[in-house]
Amino acid sequence: MNTNELKELSEKIVEEGKAFKKKVCVCCGAGCLSSGSEAVLESMKQTIKDKGLESTVQVIPSGCMGPCNQGPLVKILPEETIYEKLDGDAVEALVDDHIVKDTPQEDKLLFSEYRDKPFVDSREDPFFKRQKRIVLENCGRINPESIEDYIGVNGYQALAYALHRSSPEHIIGEIKLSRLRGRGGAGYPTGFKWETVYRHVADQKYVVCNADEGDPGAFMDRSILEGDPHRVLEGMILAGYAIGATQGYAYIRGEYPAAIKRFEEALKQARKKGFLGRSIMGSDFSFDVEIRIGAGAFVCGEETALLASIEGKRGTPRPRPPYPAESGLWGKPTLINNVETFANIAPIVISGGTAFGEVGTPKSAGTKVFALAGKVQISGLIEVPMGTNLRDIIFEIGGGIPGGHKFKAAQTGGPSGGCIPEQHLDHPVDYESLQELGSIMGSGGLIVMDETSDMVDVARYFMEFCVDESCGKCIPCRVGTKQMFDLLTKIYEGRATDIDLATLEQLAHVVKDTSLCGLGMSAPNPLLSTLRFFKEDYIQHLKDSALANV
Amino acid sequence: MKKKIATVWLAGCSGCHMSLLDMDERILDVLAVADIVKSPIVDGKKLPEVDVTVVEGAVGADEHIEEIKHIRKQSKVLVSLGDCAINGNISAMRNFYTVQDALERSYADSDTNDAPQIPGCEDILTLDKKVVPLHDIVKVDYYIPGCPPTGDMIFYVLNEILNDRVPDLQKEGGLKNG
Amino acid sequence: MPDKITISINGTEIKTEEGKSILSVCKENDIHIPVMCHFPGLTDVGACRLCLCEVKGYNKLLPACTTLVAENMEIQTHTEKLKEYRRVIVEMFFSERNHMCSICVANTNCELQDMATEVGMQHVRFPFLNQECAVDASHPKYVIDHNRCIMCTRCVRVCSEVEGAHNWDVKNRGYNARVISDFDQPWGESETCTSCGKCLNVCPTGALWAKGSVQGKLDKFPEKITDLIEKRGIH
Repeated sequence: MNTNELKELSEKIVEEGKAFKKKVCVCCGAGCLSSGSEAVLESMKQTIKDKGLESTVQVIPSGCMGPCNQGPLVKILPEETIYEKLDGDAVEALVDDHIVKDTPQEDKLLFSEYRDKPFVDSREDPFFKRQKRIVLENCGRINPESIEDYIGVNGYQALAYALHRSSPEHIIGEIKLSRLRGRGGAGYPTGFKWETVYRHVADQKYVVCNADEGDPGAFMDRSILEGDPHRVLEGMILAGYAIGATQGYAYIRGEYPAAIKRFEEALKQARKKGFLGRSIMGSDFSFDVEIRIGAGAFVCGEETALLASIEGKRGTPRPRPPYPAESGLWGKPTLINNVETFANIAPIVISGGTAFGEVGTPKSAGTKVFALAGKVQISGLIEVPMGTNLRDIIFEIGGGIPGGHKFKAAQTGGPSGGCIPEQHLDHPVDYESLQELGSIMGSGGLIVMDETSDMVDVARYFMEFCVDESCGKCIPCRVGTKQMFDLLTKIYEGRATDIDLATLEQLAHVVKDTSLCGLGMSAPNPLLSTLRFFKEDYIQHLKDSALANV
Repeated sequence: MKKKIATVWLAGCSGCHMSLLDMDERILDVLAVADIVKSPIVDGKKLPEVDVTVVEGAVGADEHIEEIKHIRKQSKVLVSLGDCAINGNISAMRNFYTVQDALERSYADSDTNDAPQIPGCEDILTLDKKVVPLHDIVKVDYYIPGCPPTGDMIFYVLNEILNDRVPDLQKEGGLKNG
Repeated sequence: MPDKITISINGTEIKTEEGKSILSVCKENDIHIPVMCHFPGLTDVGACRLCLCEVKGYNKLLPACTTLVAENMEIQTHTEKLKEYRRVIVEMFFSERNHMCSICVANTNCELQDMATEVGMQHVRFPFLNQECAVDASHPKYVIDHNRCIMCTRCVRVCSEVEGAHNWDVKNRGYNARVISDFDQPWGESETCTSCGKCLNVCPTGALWAKGSVQGKLDKFPEKITDLIEKRGIH
């Protein structure tokens, strides 16, 4: 398929879409699937068929819409009405009311339990109003298993532009202009990384997509892969073109079967349409992608461990330098980016780097997807401009703390991140500000805690995770995390003294400074940040143990 | 005024006290500046207030915990003598098993026992689940490693402490005197 | 010819060549850096963290064994912070498994014991993990005692890189990680082990030894392995 054919196909698909008066999207993200959205989809298809509406109403399975604990969700376009908590039996009445009689079913509207008057146009609801969707633009609106749906929303146009009207240097230039930074957590400038790999001369280079999302409570990458796999794939192909690679690998964790299935399907469709394989879109650029499935090790999200795992070795990290950009897969220059980073590429190529950089803060451009969870009224997947403050995210988008409880802490960055207290909620969220607060952006997990949470227990929970997930290669992480966990348990159970607390603190600094990879270096973060902001919780436990020992 | 020294024997084999005697005639130098007021080789009265207590052996029973806490209270300087006091050593080898298993292996299943019987009465110690070094329970000031430490090392440390100097074990060969 | 460069180690200017590790430059200049997982001639893995150095311009500590020198690099090898960290790391090693010297074949001939002396460790402040570790004496000539193993993986590397047998590997994660023979079979049943004994000679502790060795009387000849590697020109 060449550029013109793609344009024609895209126009044809848009034209065909216009034949339908309404489009019903049934969320088939992992969250809604597990609350029974498959039955809703079947029932919806059957009802539309039974009522003879097939020619005017299109029914599709779609990706994640955001408010995951309200599922199964159904969105009706073009009026953007979302219905929540549906089951197969409720579908017929819904079709009768909303589609046949054109009167929305108020009691089934999204957030009907939280809002005095729920919104018929979901875009007006505070949950969506404060968000800006770039990465999730198509999630919940197209069928992730249909390449035509993706092409209908300008899919693969960026690739066509790159191959026929641009150059690798220009694409890298645009990425640099956009100031996009790696969404996997560390925030390394994407454009510079691409340029480094581009500059290395080698007979073979690789592109790797890191989809080994492992933080507890994080599901951004899963939702993107499930909801818009072609967007990620297009980003990978563009990367391959820009750096001069011919082979890509998507390393997806085995716990994400739906994401694996849909990405696999996307690869097949893209090969069939000529976006993948030899001479892509009639150019002399060839590129293909294979899936590698992770076997459940958190450490394989660390880039050097991930590469070892792709090579078929034990998934353990190695010291850097050399960085993968210089010596990666099988010693060849390798570009490794996270799912969300790749999902940002096509929009940058289409709208230009400068336009992309207008969103966000001077140092952190664009948007960030967060998985909002914990003690918050509305949890789910959200996307906000960088620089949005945590208070807006938690209280406006998330609707605040339920049950009349008081906010205590927001945990970002999972087991590598930290806990942010009330007084810092007005800090704009970007890479630097979170780091100053002893936390990290991480991949985007955001867990809200209320005053019932004991921060010693929270630190202990994350430490236990790191003990389990340490690969055991370097001593500080292998033994240090276990010793810290034991000391935290001792404090939590009221058997500890001031000396234990001092030892714990020293150990935390040693493990942070001496561990081999990011896992160990960041494992003490939850502990150190709770010690910094919630020391009273620790003191209380020490007081309790002193009393018990009298 | 002469200083007061005590030596105590907890969960250990008494080897460290044998080494203590390996100071030979240098014990006279020690006695010139200090009196040994309590020791397994002297008598068994309750520990009075002392300047220095040298403790052999690990903590392996509730009675040991009480005793080491009392010793800490009574002593200006507390010295861990030998590997059992410092890291549990042989005494701590039973930490890898349950107490019951350890007792059975020693008293019942051992080939040399012709009348297997696990001893148990109020007068003997009840073993704790784990054997731990002294510094797990109380603050320890100095450590004399070795299994057992040499008489030379023990004399060096005692002599420094009694003459108000800080012993530098690193200089004296450190841990390498097994 | 590699480019000549100038670096500074602990404030002293040193002329050297590109492509060398900080560790090898230090060795050439008689600057002693403690190492545990490094073995001359084997691939470095940077696992023991004892050779970490401060390098100006880096916010992270860098392992001397895998970090290559570069023009104008300013390296510190023995700051107070590094000394403290090294001592804590050695304490962690001791707390992990059973490292009671008095009943070990390697007593007085053990790199871990020497390291404890070198870093000034007098006692271990952390509780002992008291892990249950097996002793595998199924091999007709040799014994592996996991209690003494510090997971330096020298044996794994010498077996794979020098002997070419790859009998040894690692299983499990975190503090449950163990060195295994073949697919976690008893050593005596290994189909790959050639009984060459190289692993015994590179083992820094008393984890690998020949049957008949008694407490404190273990002989090891690591220099023979280094000699072999040099003569064969591996790497």
